[in-house]
Amino acid sequence: MAGKNERIFVKGNEAIAMGAMDAGCRCFFGYPITPQNDIPEFMSKAMPASGGEFVQAESEVAAANMLLGAGACGVRAMTSSSSPGMSLKQEAISYMAGSDIPAVIVNMNRGGPGLGDIGPSQGDYYQSTRGGGHGDYRLLVLAPSSAQEAYDMTHQAFDLAFAYRSPVLILGDAIIGQMKEPIVRCAPTLADPAEGKEWRLEGTAAGLKAKQKPRAHRIIKSLFLMDGELAGQNMKLQAKYNHWKNLVEFETFEVKDAELVVVAFGSIGRIAKNAVRQLRKQGKKVGLFRPKTLYPFPEKALAKLAKEGKRFLTIEHNLGQMVDDVRLAVRRDADSDLFCVYPGNMPSPDDFVAPILRALGRK
Amino acid sequence: MAKAKTAPKAAPAATAAAKKTAARKAAAPKTAAQKAAGQKAAGQKTAGDEELVFTRPDSLVDRATHYCPGCHHGIAHRMVAELLDEMDLAGRTVAASSIGCSVFLYNYIKADTVESPHGRAPAVATGIKRARPDKFVFTYQGDGDLASIGMAEIMHAANRGERITVVFVNNTVYGMTGGQMAPTTLIGQKTTTCPGGRCKDNEGSPIRMAEIISQLGGTAFCARGSLDSVKNIRQAKKYMRQAFEAQTKGLGFGFVELLSGCPTNWRLSPVAANKRITDEMIPYFPLGVYKELEGDGTCGSLIAPGTASGGAGEGK
Repeated sequence: MAGKNERIFVKGNEAIAMGAMDAGCRCFFGYPITPQNDIPEFMSKAMPASGGEFVQAESEVAAANMLLGAGACGVRAMTSSSSPGMSLKQEAISYMAGSDIPAVIVNMNRGGPGLGDIGPSQGDYYQSTRGGGHGDYRLLVLAPSSAQEAYDMTHQAFDLAFAYRSPVLILGDAIIGQMKEPIVRCAPTLADPAEGKEWRLEGTAAGLKAKQKPRAHRIIKSLFLMDGELAGQNMKLQAKYNHWKNLVEFETFEVKDAELVVVAFGSIGRIAKNAVRQLRKQGKKVGLFRPKTLYPFPEKALAKLAKEGKRFLTIEHNLGQMVDDVRLAVRRDADSDLFCVYPGNMPSPDDFVAPILRALGRK
Repeated sequence: MAKAKTAPKAAPAATAAAKKTAARKAAAPKTAAQKAAGQKAAGQKTAGDEELVFTRPDSLVDRATHYCPGCHHGIAHRMVAELLDEMDLAGRTVAASSIGCSVFLYNYIKADTVESPHGRAPAVATGIKRARPDKFVFTYQGDGDLASIGMAEIMHAANRGERITVVFVNNTVYGMTGGQMAPTTLIGQKTTTCPGGRCKDNEGSPIRMAEIISQLGGTAFCARGSLDSVKNIRQAKKYMRQAFEAQTKGLGFGFVELLSGCPTNWRLSPVAANKRITDEMIPYFPLGVYKELEGDGTCGSLIAPGTASGGAGEGK
């Protein structure tokens, strides 16, 4: 392992696995699917070596439910997958959200629908930011655009999951997962042994002396049948999601005097940044706004830019999903153009130059 | 005190008192069995100089049951609670409940419990056990949950030899949803979704889970008991104990199937339902131990009794 502040050269997938290890992850439940296989492969070695548990589950359905079980015990645990596998994990994710179970889930988004391809895509934006499974819930969604961010965000995801007792989603794609870049790891920490001791399942006599009377048994559930019970739970969840609004993170680049702001996230945000850089060299007044948290969405920051009179172009690696959120955010003062890269194509900065100029020229 | 609790003859409907009465009535068969099993409270003197010969185990909650009259979940719940007490496991138990009538397991058993999605309890229990190997972990699942939607999870948890115990209650119907066909529904049995009776050519044959689970490498104990008679209940409890011990001794996966009655969805009286188990279910689902390993729990040390040398966890 690299020493302090030493740069190491790793794939984004490996960076995610390392972020989890260094955040004190103790259990990993995986299932093979391209382009995320480096994560379970890394974990199958790293977990046992650090005294943790690695299970290759029989399906993504089972992997996510194993995560639910470990999370209910207050143990830091993770699963990773890619789009078709994420569809299967939604059942357990909905249960985890409904019963306040903390967990970290990674989706290295690939092309769809159906089996799609194994290349990059942002087609799971709706699924990620609208909950994904049945019922009215949200996940905290973090979208890295580099291996370093993938590492940092995964590390941070564990703390957030336990702070809010909620599943947290890392939404990357095949570009982030497969690209090799230098990263710097921070010192590994172990989870606080007392983490979740107010609610975690560990037996009614846990922490008690032999003669002490056991405490009342704890139930972690999402079934609420009594009159008003479920409404109460939904109100609690809503309050939690409202609180998340403080967690909004985003990157801005050259927006101050920009007439047109390009809104893009993840790997596409990074590619768009290069296009903006090229155009700035030509004296074009364009900037970039890259949400790092997709839920909560940085709507206030975008609304502020709209109020300043800026116009917007959303670029996405799908048929137009985040653009809905951008339009909602800026609706009082502006609208957003849309440029789609269809999943199955791999964009370069040059591909974005013409659409940005087109949007800039449109008054 | 015990005398006062025996089931009254008249059971008027639709009052809270009636529900309690029904609950006691449903619990009646176990009374005799558990007397013999030797309750720790038995023999205690009460204030009025009456002898307390029967009471509930510490791990069982004192509350009215939601189960129908004649349902066997009450007996199965009680067996679990008795073993948690007798084996001194209650304080370190984490359970995974399932979907179906038994989703409310946590209302009756004083053990930390997490609710699992339909069929996934063995995967949830895997997560619990891997996260906290020092805990006693069990699932409690019905036949729709375990043998249909949860088939992949139960097979692979058993095959991995997860140190968990599965209590499988087989009553040949989906009870909670109103009596639809289950994977264990017998040929000819009428349900709301096979109103003409289950037909082998159209719906397939009833699945025998104990036989299947016993074939998997990680299974340390596998048996099928029945809750239709006092004799069978006592035998079933012994099986359940062995299924618990498969875990506490670190031998591997423990599985106990319990043939149970569902008078409501069978459209039978409780007594007739018991008779149906005896006459129709047991011939198709034979009772007995299907697999039993002995060993010290280390990899490759497990042997099936009667085999000369140790195979790696394979039964006969």
